[in-house]
Amino acid sequence: MEKRYGDNVVLRGLNFDVAKGDRVTLIGPSGSGKTTILRLVMTLEEAEGGYIFVDGEPLTHEERGGARVEMKGSHKHRLRQRIGMVFQQFNLFPNMTVMQNIIEAPVHVLGMSKKAAIAKAEGLLEQVGLADKAHSHPLELSGGQQQRVAIARALAMDPEILLLDEVTSALDPEIVGEVLGILRHIAETTDITMLIVTHEMQFARDVSNRVLMFDGGRIIEEATPEVMFSNPQHERTQSFLQAVLGNPMVEAAE
Amino acid sequence: MNVVWEWDKAFEVLPVLLSGFFQVTLLVTVLSTVIAAVLGLVIAIVRRSAPRPIGRVVGFVVDFIRMTPIVVQLLFAYYAFLNVSPIVIGIAVFGIHYSTYMAEVYRAGIDSVPESQWEATTALSMSRYRIWTAVVVPQALRATAPALGNYAISMFKDTPFLLTIGVVEMVQAGLIFGGNNFKYLEAITIAGVIFLLASYPTSLLIGRLEKRLAFSN
Amino acid sequence: MADNFDALLNALPLILEGLIITLQLTVGGAILAMATAVVLGVLAQQDNILLRGFARVIIEFFRGTSLVVQLFWLFFVLPQFGLSFPAMAVGIAALGLNYGAYGAEIVRGSINSVPAGQWEATTALSLSKLQGMRRVIFPQAWALMIPSLSNLLVHLLKGTAIVSFITMADLTFRIDQLRVDTNTFFAYGVGLVLYFLIAYVLTLAMNALEARAKHKLGRGVSLPEALNLRSADTGVTSSTKEHV
Ligand SMILES: Nc1ncnc2c1ncn2[C@@H]1O[C@H](COP(=O)(O)OP(=O)(O)O)[C@@H](O)[C@H]1O
Ligand SMILES: [Mg+2]
Repeated sequence: MEKRYGDNVVLRGLNFDVAKGDRVTLIGPSGSGKTTILRLVMTLEEAEGGYIFVDGEPLTHEERGGARVEMKGSHKHRLRQRIGMVFQQFNLFPNMTVMQNIIEAPVHVLGMSKKAAIAKAEGLLEQVGLADKAHSHPLELSGGQQQRVAIARALAMDPEILLLDEVTSALDPEIVGEVLGILRHIAETTDITMLIVTHEMQFARDVSNRVLMFDGGRIIEEATPEVMFSNPQHERTQSFLQAVLGNPMVEAAE
Repeated sequence: MNVVWEWDKAFEVLPVLLSGFFQVTLLVTVLSTVIAAVLGLVIAIVRRSAPRPIGRVVGFVVDFIRMTPIVVQLLFAYYAFLNVSPIVIGIAVFGIHYSTYMAEVYRAGIDSVPESQWEATTALSMSRYRIWTAVVVPQALRATAPALGNYAISMFKDTPFLLTIGVVEMVQAGLIFGGNNFKYLEAITIAGVIFLLASYPTSLLIGRLEKRLAFSN
Repeated sequence: MADNFDALLNALPLILEGLIITLQLTVGGAILAMATAVVLGVLAQQDNILLRGFARVIIEFFRGTSLVVQLFWLFFVLPQFGLSFPAMAVGIAALGLNYGAYGAEIVRGSINSVPAGQWEATTALSLSKLQGMRRVIFPQAWALMIPSLSNLLVHLLKGTAIVSFITMADLTFRIDQLRVDTNTFFAYGVGLVLYFLIAYVLTLAMNALEARAKHKLGRGVSLPEALNLRSADTGVTSSTKEHV
């Protein structure tokens, strides 16, 4: 992939695969391009070069006769339906109740009947512990509750791929646990492929089977969480993890 | 019917329109803007600093003037002061009407002066006069310039309302010409073009000023 | 004084007729203005340069050339091309297009003020552009635009007072007749109060609409706020406000 903002080259020569059912955590310093990758997969940004394939199909562009050709809107629309995303700032629709937020896309995109969508939404709300909030307005909910609704909303589309961009960064520390608990449960009980950006290293260790360390828009280290967190090879990874984990032992040793 | 654009008519009416434009339209716009800018500031200060009941009354009068048609106000003043020249009536009514808008702009500007500034004037035992002239108004005024400019443009485009009291501004001059020649196309079209040519670049300039002020804040 | 009220009583049926014409112009103009504002406002924030350019030209044209000029053009020039319309239609068309162009800027600005994250969420949920606009973005922009639209509506009402120049016997025209039978202060006093009352009712109605729209977004406003005459919009900080 290649992605630029004006003169600022954010991603260059980036290439990686994610297998079906993988839980991949992207770590790295702020500005290293993690969010940009998720946004490219969600088609919220357009890349200057390169290709993204979902289940073997090109997502936004394909190579045709040596040229990079944009895919048709209907094709993008169809593939996009297999991908869901949860945002750092929740992005719930304030003009709709919690229930309306969740059934919006199933009804109006998938064409599900309203009754079926509501039944499904009730199940999801149950799962995220908000069964009693179906008719609340998003702004009446706490941040943690809003994020749980956002998770339910994404799951209502039965995504095969779920993108999670620092979903707990906007939350108060004491709330983080409940949201991560829900995600942990989802990871355990489904086979959804997940791309996760997070600074919660314990969560990354529990949930993911691969960790990619980013710096300056490139992957500088890749490992299983066990190896990455206990025995990082790259010097940048070491200093990054030290800063994030704030390991007093290491600091003292220095 | 076979009506076409006649260039000779256009060239004939152009000086008529331009003389109406410079002698009335522009004159009224400029003088009324000055009145509105000054009177608006007075209203804003009175509403902020006068005792509550007076502020309330002024507030109601301001709302009343702002929410009633300038056309009716023009006619009212015209008949109430029959011995005053209509153009003077026009300048006064436009000035007063738009001062109610500008007062709102100033009010927001004054409100945007931080509380700490007022506290500082108290700490320095400044006189009321100095507080307003040396501290509040200079700070409040800066951000208001673009909005005042935009209201001046609005007023400019409202000047044809003057024809209700018989002032021959640009559009009225065009109508008279059109009536005499049994052809309105050139006169009214050119009047519109002149409005566009004068107001569009001005509003672009004001937009720029607005951006500059926003950045320098 | 008693004479004045007698004259007023006598003139009442005609004043009522004038009032109805003024109201018809206001409501008709407002409906056309709203339609114009939404169409042009949405076009004006499209990525497509042709659509955006088209909307910009129309908006600047109608904002830049003055209401009275547009009114007279439709009334005096068009018939010379063989296109004659009733004065009411001409009045509504001029008011609707002129104030609609101002409204378009309000609509555009409000749509742009809806946080980008809302658009992104519609994409993430695979809603189409049209669905996203209609079901998510516009309802939120609507709550933002009402205060400015409310000001615009009062401007439109005030703008109707010029229509006696296209032969319409509106409220202003009837008040001028009343002046002949009474006196200037009395007649115009009545006229101004009537206009003020209409404007006041319109403003209250718009405030109620705003309260409802905000309530739908889960942000209630108190009743006193909903019944306040003045809207918060004053133009110092927002560049999206209308300048009529
Ligand atoms: N909309 C944007 N416009 C310009 N530059 C951007 C934009 N979004 C991100 N960037 C730049 O792209 C780089 C990567 O950003 P991001 O993907 O958000 O990093 P991360 O999520 O790892 O913190 C940064 O240098 C950032 O400044
Ligand atoms: Mg990020």
